[in-house]
Amino acid sequence: MKQIDLVILGGGPAGLAAAIAARKAGVQDLVILERDRELGGILNQCIHSGFGLHTFREELTGPEYAARFADEALAMGIPYKLNTMVLDLSADRVVTAVNRTDGLFQLQAKAVILAMGCRERPRGAMNIPGTRPAGIYTAGTAQRLVNMEGYLPGRRVVILGSGDIGLIMARRMTLEGAKVLCVAELMPYSGGLKRNIVQCLDDFGIPLKLSHTVVDIEGKERVQGITIARVENGKPVSGTEEHFDCDTLLLSCGLLPENELSRGAGVALSPVTGGPLVDESLQTSLPGVFAAGNVLHVHDLVDYVSEEAAAAGRHAAQYILGGASPAEGEALPVQATNGVRYTVPTTVHPARLDGSLTLRLRVGNAYRGKALAVYAGGECIWRRKRPVLAPGEMETIVIKGPALDKLPGCGGLTVTLEEA
Amino acid sequence: MRDVIIIGGGVSGCASARELSRYKADILVLDKEEDVCCGTSKANSAIVHAGFDAPAGSRMAALNVAGSRRMPTLAKELDFAYQQCGSLVVCLSEEDRPALQKLYENGLTNGVEGLRIVERDELLAMEPNISDDAVAALWAPTGGIVCPFGLTYAFAENAATNGVQFQFDTEVERIEAIPGGWRLQTNRGPLEARCIVNAAGVHADELHNQVSDDTMTIVPRRGDYFLLDHAAADHVHHTIFQLPGKYGKGVLVTPTVHGNLLIGPTANDIDDKEDTATTAAELDEVRAKAGLAVKDLPLRQTITSFAGLRAHELRHEFFLQEAAPGFVDCAGIESPGLSASPAIGQAVAELVQSILHLPEKPDFNPRRKGILDPKTLSFAERAALVQKNPAYGQIICRCETVTEGEIVDAIHRVPGARSLDGVKRRTRAGMGRCQAGFCSPRVLEILARELGVPQEEITKCGGDSRLIVGTNKDSL
Amino acid sequence: MEQRELTCIGCPLGCALRVTMENGAVVSVEGNTCPRGDAYARKEVTAPSRIVTTTVPITGGVLAAVSVKTAGEIPKDKIFACLRALKTVSVAAPVAIGQVVLADVAGTGVDVIATKAVAAR
Repeated sequence: MKQIDLVILGGGPAGLAAAIAARKAGVQDLVILERDRELGGILNQCIHSGFGLHTFREELTGPEYAARFADEALAMGIPYKLNTMVLDLSADRVVTAVNRTDGLFQLQAKAVILAMGCRERPRGAMNIPGTRPAGIYTAGTAQRLVNMEGYLPGRRVVILGSGDIGLIMARRMTLEGAKVLCVAELMPYSGGLKRNIVQCLDDFGIPLKLSHTVVDIEGKERVQGITIARVENGKPVSGTEEHFDCDTLLLSCGLLPENELSRGAGVALSPVTGGPLVDESLQTSLPGVFAAGNVLHVHDLVDYVSEEAAAAGRHAAQYILGGASPAEGEALPVQATNGVRYTVPTTVHPARLDGSLTLRLRVGNAYRGKALAVYAGGECIWRRKRPVLAPGEMETIVIKGPALDKLPGCGGLTVTLEEA
Repeated sequence: MRDVIIIGGGVSGCASARELSRYKADILVLDKEEDVCCGTSKANSAIVHAGFDAPAGSRMAALNVAGSRRMPTLAKELDFAYQQCGSLVVCLSEEDRPALQKLYENGLTNGVEGLRIVERDELLAMEPNISDDAVAALWAPTGGIVCPFGLTYAFAENAATNGVQFQFDTEVERIEAIPGGWRLQTNRGPLEARCIVNAAGVHADELHNQVSDDTMTIVPRRGDYFLLDHAAADHVHHTIFQLPGKYGKGVLVTPTVHGNLLIGPTANDIDDKEDTATTAAELDEVRAKAGLAVKDLPLRQTITSFAGLRAHELRHEFFLQEAAPGFVDCAGIESPGLSASPAIGQAVAELVQSILHLPEKPDFNPRRKGILDPKTLSFAERAALVQKNPAYGQIICRCETVTEGEIVDAIHRVPGARSLDGVKRRTRAGMGRCQAGFCSPRVLEILARELGVPQEEITKCGGDSRLIVGTNKDSL
Repeated sequence: MEQRELTCIGCPLGCALRVTMENGAVVSVEGNTCPRGDAYARKEVTAPSRIVTTTVPITGGVLAAVSVKTAGEIPKDKIFACLRALKTVSVAAPVAIGQVVLADVAGTGVDVIATKAVAAR
């Protein structure tokens, strides 16, 4: 079996940033395994602009953002294999994969970075009753057809879910000549960015129906109609039904980290995020297996995916090359409480921090006028006001300097919401 | 004039075709849909009933037990997925014990092997997630699970290998007696045969009533189901039925041959023979009832829900009979029709043979190889396969790890896949947890390439179920 | 006096802005909590503009279509004129990022450029 230092599972934004960072940190012997036809992952079908403001200080489209990283990886001579599916990952880091040219092969890796991304929740997971005709797509599938192949999957469209992909697809379908009749959102607030609500819906007069869901789908061969209804306490309210004659239903109802390989290897997963439980070095419960990007937790900005993945690449390099990695020492649990749904990481080794600690998190509801705070034991070591917090917006906390001195022996960190 | 036309390419029609293909005859299977296995056969509980439930002395009971007995050898001969996992009918209350005993005795009368009543302790050891209310269960070791698509395709492909022809998108509108046989008026012109097999599922009564005064009434009985992800498959290890009793008639919870968990069905008699829409009320009913016999069901792992129709004849019996000279019914085939299908095919073939006296075919080939699934191979075998045919190295469906090689094979079989659903039922591409989100554009491409048609013409399931309706800006 | 209601896109707060205008000129902006809101509102009511992204077909490429964008913002009311102008445009592979696919689209003075490199088949 071929020995290799680092295998990166996935050549999307996370995998590319991780590979580049690992190579810069001195890992020579590595490979990216990508299941699709090209590097860049889902960015290739996100042809709208708005990427990279944080990283490059300019507004790029998805393919342009992907190209920046892919070109850098190529220039560095980082090896990669396309159309390559990883079939299995073992706890001792044997990667089994297959493609047309290499056939079925195995790699024994010193370290592995999980960068498989996420997938969309399908209709079945939402228990929408009705028929099962053609014309029901997840927003991402429609996005691929429209943006990569130039095909229109429908002409009169209802969209369920107001996450960013749903909003973006409302605009894309409209621009390509389809009529988007409405966007229904189960929650009383949208999971998407304000900018997208304004520029993808308001610009084209597309109504956003909050607290609404699809209660019936009609049509035997192709969708012929969709009925939505208002939702109270999680249940559709009878008498509030509204029918739309349409041929298409797009679903944008949430993303799920794709962790089947991780689960198979025995990586401990978070029941909240669906992603691996990691420490501050983004190492999972399996030594030498790291995770970053949407496979770890679903992000809303690709810039943060790249940033997080670069950290995973550096830490994996440290793990592989030994040397600089200090003894693990004490492990502190990080607890998310009082409105904070989760944090990444969930464990911190104070002895291994190199001057800063990044915590990423999401809240479970929409809040106004709160403050985010981090406690080490009973002592507040970080606190910032947040005029608005929403489940759709990931928050990042960076703790630096003397505050970190409070960590050793504190018993654990708590991240919480407080009155501002 | 042909010898035999079989109306309906469901499991009964295809089983009949396969058994009739033992004889030298000109046989045609018609279906109004674009493929075989598009009606009742595609949406059911996917189980092989041991045969204790059907009324003692009925045709249904005899054929169920006979079909179930043939299933293990047939699965080898025709290479479809089948597992004899055994079934349990769970009794949830001491007051229902007499009913359990009655069921056991009915099974004995029907000739079901190995039946035994197991008490709570043994039941709990067999099924740790069984309800706290369970007091005992009827254990039927010959109960099994089967891939209903795999079974139907196996019959159809083997029939085709032995000369049976298939014609799709063909709906029979009227039947007329002609000298020496029958003429079928269809949406695609007239067809004639000496003998007709009426295997039209929920529509079999409409055909039967055109040729016989002894009328038949088939009511479509709809049932809703949930299919759960592989992650939930270990929740139960046998097919779990609930004994009808104190808590009403329950729903079953069963593993599937492909490692999912299936829960359902409801039973709702409806008017529309094409109405396979699920309803919120019935899905709620499945949710409520499933928890009675099995606890902590991980319904959050649901990957899809669906509804199927059973062809329920009011007298609740299978009708295998010569309804008019040269017109053979294969009607009223509701549950346990899938289990009985091997025996139903034989019975239909015997009836037709008694009419036509066909000569046997000396070169009849009883074997069929299914679509090769590389997952079932050893590492070395799989590596060799990919080397020989690189298409087996290209994964198209990530969730079920289905390769391009399998999809191409499915398209070029006879009868082959022509639609997304045809590929899905044959290979499981799109059957997994993302429900075709990732693979459908790729499968579309492969179908278009292999069939030599533009992608716009590829459908989900035939007819007007097109997936692509135009190109960007074409209406601007 | 004319009133316009807007939602600010500057941050997640999404302030509800009320702009008062007279003869096409902004008289006042209310509802904003920061200067960015004021600036956004003034621009949005006087000269709203957008970047348009879409695809055009490729001939002879490894992919069937290439993603494109307007190299800068174009007036909002020119969005569909821009798309109609692109309806009949196709490019021959290979295509480079930044390559002009259509110059001065719909008289806006803005070029439409490719956002993806596509190799020839």
